[in-house]
Amino acid sequence: MSIATLIPSPREISTEPRRSDKVFRRVVTGGGLSSLIILGLIALFLAYRGYEVLREEGLGFITNAEWSITLDESANVVESNFGLSAMLVGTILCSLVAVVIAVPISVFSALYLNFYAPGWLKKILVAVIDMMAAFPSILFGIWGFLVLMPSVEYWGKLINKYLGWIPLFEVKPYFFTRSPFVAGVVLAIMIIPIITSVSREIFAQAPLDRIQAAFALGATRWAMIKAVVIPHGRSGVVGGAMLGLGRAMGETVAVYTVLNIVFQINWHVLLGAGGNVASLIILKFGEASAYEIKALMAAGLVLFFLTLSVNAAANFIVKRTGKSGR
Amino acid sequence: MSAVATPQKPWAKRPVDRIRGFAFFIASILFAFGLVAATEIKGKLAYAFIFFVAYGVLTATFAFISRGAPAAKDVFISTLVSLGAVLTVLPMASILFTVLQKGLPGLHFGILTNDMSMATSTDPIATGGILHAITGTLTLVTLALIMSIPIGILTALYLTEVKGKFAGPIRFLVQAMSGVPSIVAGLFILSAVLYPITKNYSAFMGSLALTILMIPTIARTSEEVLLLIPNDLREAGTALGGTQWRTVAMIVLPAARSGLMTAIILGVARIAGETAPILLLTGGGDKVNPNPFSGSVGSLPYYIWKAFSAGSPEAITRAWAGLLVLMIVVLILFLAARALSNRKVSK
Repeated sequence: MSIATLIPSPREISTEPRRSDKVFRRVVTGGGLSSLIILGLIALFLAYRGYEVLREEGLGFITNAEWSITLDESANVVESNFGLSAMLVGTILCSLVAVVIAVPISVFSALYLNFYAPGWLKKILVAVIDMMAAFPSILFGIWGFLVLMPSVEYWGKLINKYLGWIPLFEVKPYFFTRSPFVAGVVLAIMIIPIITSVSREIFAQAPLDRIQAAFALGATRWAMIKAVVIPHGRSGVVGGAMLGLGRAMGETVAVYTVLNIVFQINWHVLLGAGGNVASLIILKFGEASAYEIKALMAAGLVLFFLTLSVNAAANFIVKRTGKSGR
Repeated sequence: MSAVATPQKPWAKRPVDRIRGFAFFIASILFAFGLVAATEIKGKLAYAFIFFVAYGVLTATFAFISRGAPAAKDVFISTLVSLGAVLTVLPMASILFTVLQKGLPGLHFGILTNDMSMATSTDPIATGGILHAITGTLTLVTLALIMSIPIGILTALYLTEVKGKFAGPIRFLVQAMSGVPSIVAGLFILSAVLYPITKNYSAFMGSLALTILMIPTIARTSEEVLLLIPNDLREAGTALGGTQWRTVAMIVLPAARSGLMTAIILGVARIAGETAPILLLTGGGDKVNPNPFSGSVGSLPYYIWKAFSAGSPEAITRAWAGLLVLMIVVLILFLAARALSNRKVSK
């Protein structure tokens, strides 16, 4: 037996990962890329299905308000007009109403949670608000339709009575039921939890030394908030508001239950006629012919890009302010 | 005789302050009632609103007289801010109350053991039930879980453990994905799978769409949890000669177990009541469908939707009962998630 066999040859040292690690990294990277793949596929397939309609309608798909299709007896398309402008205007109107109502309320409640509420109450309220964000939208929709709508209609009438001279609040004919305003209020209630939790997290990051410095200089609580917290959290609140806007734009069922969908551009918030791209899809899907389904796919594509760009902008803004919230 | 210094707390409330605060409170309530009774303003919300305004003005006026303008502003804002908090929570209270009030009459003993195949929308409440909806929702959620847990957790692992060169863009895309409207996810599955391949409603189609909605929730919550795992654990694993794969599988993931459960539960809560893609993809049958890959299947949101659209008083009561069940499911899931997340790093 020679000595050479007893001494093992020196182990090779290398930074090369083992094979198991290579496989692991590849699998994990594959999983990580799935979001890219899914988003890409969504855009691809909706564009592919909607291409025919988009080519037929051209830019009119965005600028026309009419949505009609005529079929002959053997279900061939005789004439079709697909335009989204009424729905797009409605979508923007409803979600803007929602954001305008929701932002002040959420900012106030975020300030209350961070700087006014006693510890035990804060814990409970945060749990309740987080839970509200997880509530299904059909719950908000049906509650909004059966419980909230009479009150909101009454508020709408009040606004119309005293502010009716502003063109935005004009109502002719006198019809308030199922207006974009009602939908906006329901959406506002749905997005308040989101904006509140984003703003709360941003406000909580306000530098403590400056807060203490403000108090040391004799500031009242409100003076401190105005001098330290608001400047620090302003762009974060804007980002949170845009996250809420994105959610409000894509909301389907809650809006469909409360909104009266009319294919006509309507800028009057209180008038009971509005539109919403997502609700259009639910409304027309049931009885749609094959060609109309393609138009709905194209509408879905428009909605997808609309919400994607709003969300991307929102995330960008929130991230720039600090660690992003929910 | 030496004087003993007693600690002074000039900021503490004296009995006079307490009595005055209480008096302001009562006065505002009385004012709110008086104003509502005297003028044509009506509604329960009017009371609350007038009360807050009156209380704010009253306390601010007192602060102005005793301590000057900045104090008055501060006091008024603090009333305004609590009004904001009340307005945030009020809808929640109203929803809970209404669903309980209107949903309870719709519950009966057979509700969990019957389905709607032998009942029409105008039948009395005691016939029919939600068995098909419960089993359907369970099927949908289970299938969606099977697909979304691996993808979601792999994404989180990529962002926290591998930290590859795409980590930034992928974090951004996951955020963007969480904003995809549910109806778009439904349309996508419709155009990519249902029309070209299966041509048939099924629970599987619905769960594909739900998976898309669930992945971002799971991925983001898991990422937050994995970031909380101390780096020492990973270094210890590597120091013992473990490969990265062994370290992640044997040390990091077990340590993050309860946090990952939270992520999954939040994901389920996110999709349990999702309605729009279900309406497009599952067909909504009235019978229990044991085959998840073929044939229409009912689910709780679809059941509620159908009953609500039917519109007869019995159907509306059924819808509320369905909402009650759905809300209880979401509440339980949420409480479970909170209970687990209170101990994010388990032993």
